[in-house]
Amino acid sequence: MRIEMMVNANAESHDVEARTLLVHYLRDAVGLTGTNVGCDTTSCGACTVLMNGESVKSCTVLAAQAAGEAITTIEGLGDEFGQMDRVQQAFQDCHGLQCGYCTPGMVMAVTSLLRENPEPTEADVRLGLEGNLCRCTGYHNIVEAALAASRVHEVHQ
Amino acid sequence: MIPASFDYVRAATVEEAIDLLVQHGDDAKLLAGGHSLLPLMKMRLAQPALLVDIAPLRALSYVRDEHDHVAVGALTRHHDLANSPVAISGASVLAHVAGQIGDPQVRHRGTIGGSIAHGDPASDLPAVLLALGATMVAQGPTGRREISAADFFVSFFEVALAPDEVLVEVRVPKSSPGQWGFEKLTKRAQDWAIVGAVAVRSSSGVGVGLINMGPVPLRASGVEAAIASGKDAKEAAELASEGTEPSADFNGSLEYRQHVARVLVRRALEKVGV
Repeated sequence: MRIEMMVNANAESHDVEARTLLVHYLRDAVGLTGTNVGCDTTSCGACTVLMNGESVKSCTVLAAQAAGEAITTIEGLGDEFGQMDRVQQAFQDCHGLQCGYCTPGMVMAVTSLLRENPEPTEADVRLGLEGNLCRCTGYHNIVEAALAASRVHEVHQ
Repeated sequence: MIPASFDYVRAATVEEAIDLLVQHGDDAKLLAGGHSLLPLMKMRLAQPALLVDIAPLRALSYVRDEHDHVAVGALTRHHDLANSPVAISGASVLAHVAGQIGDPQVRHRGTIGGSIAHGDPASDLPAVLLALGATMVAQGPTGRREISAADFFVSFFEVALAPDEVLVEVRVPKSSPGQWGFEKLTKRAQDWAIVGAVAVRSSSGVGVGLINMGPVPLRASGVEAAIASGKDAKEAAELASEGTEPSADFNGSLEYRQHVARVLVRRALEKVGV
């Protein structure tokens, strides 16, 4: 079936099987491999992308369910000149990663969290990231990065 | 993991979804948020030939104040229920529990109707609806009918919906903020409950529900009767495991779950002032 959706503000249209998961549509049909497949069981959050601005686990969404919706992946966050956005920059500044495998999902989950709660407490961040696992257990700096990103928002306002 | 092949169709109306269910019978399965069904399909534990996607039916996503009860559209997402001012004021236990399901990503997709129609005894919402004395509204080819929560959960992953019926609404009697207790034991934040308990105080007494203590969500009627006869939280909670047959797995034995149920029920009862 032909499935059309907006991905990072680009109109995409691809012929895929109905059973194609959103994560495979993004990686294999669109060619954006920044979104990782982790556990493939809705647990780890490595495949987190935004659907209409809200975090979802793309291993548990059919591409067909996302037809007509707006998807944002990690590739869609920076600007056209390759400048990272505030969440990505905060992850670099705070060293909020070790192996980096969970990072795209973490960054998208933090992006969604900050849209819903622009001034989170540390507890808000820890609860808000309950759907994202880091096997390096680098949570401390990830939480620091989320809080640092929220403060950048305040300065810009 | 890739699901087995299926055909996919989006229903434009509830009536169209019912027509498709009538036409395709057991081969068809309704799809809402997909956070119960898709994992089963990926593990090939479910292989429907046709998925009827009803998630885009925005008319079934609402939380309304209906005087003596709160009406929740079946396709209301957990995220929207948890943040609904109507739910927070009129059915705060429901809003709270919806906000405890899974994780933010799951709550952005999962719906109350999908969760309930799935009939998983480890789910949080069914036990809450039992304790509240909720009513489900199902729509089929001949119209709508009401099903009480007590009659809805039939057996393990089986509910009282007919194969050609769509769950369209959940009606919850209003309860007061602060007049409930909800306790859930998990090893990790996003996990299903190993055991859970909910207590809700209303004008007709205290309702108590149990999560994951048998093949269906349970109402702890022995505990409720003990409270009605004047027993305190500790005495009443001792009856929480009576008649329960929770399954044993790597999270705990039958005896462990029964012990945890008594502890969680006592804590929930203390929160409603028993």
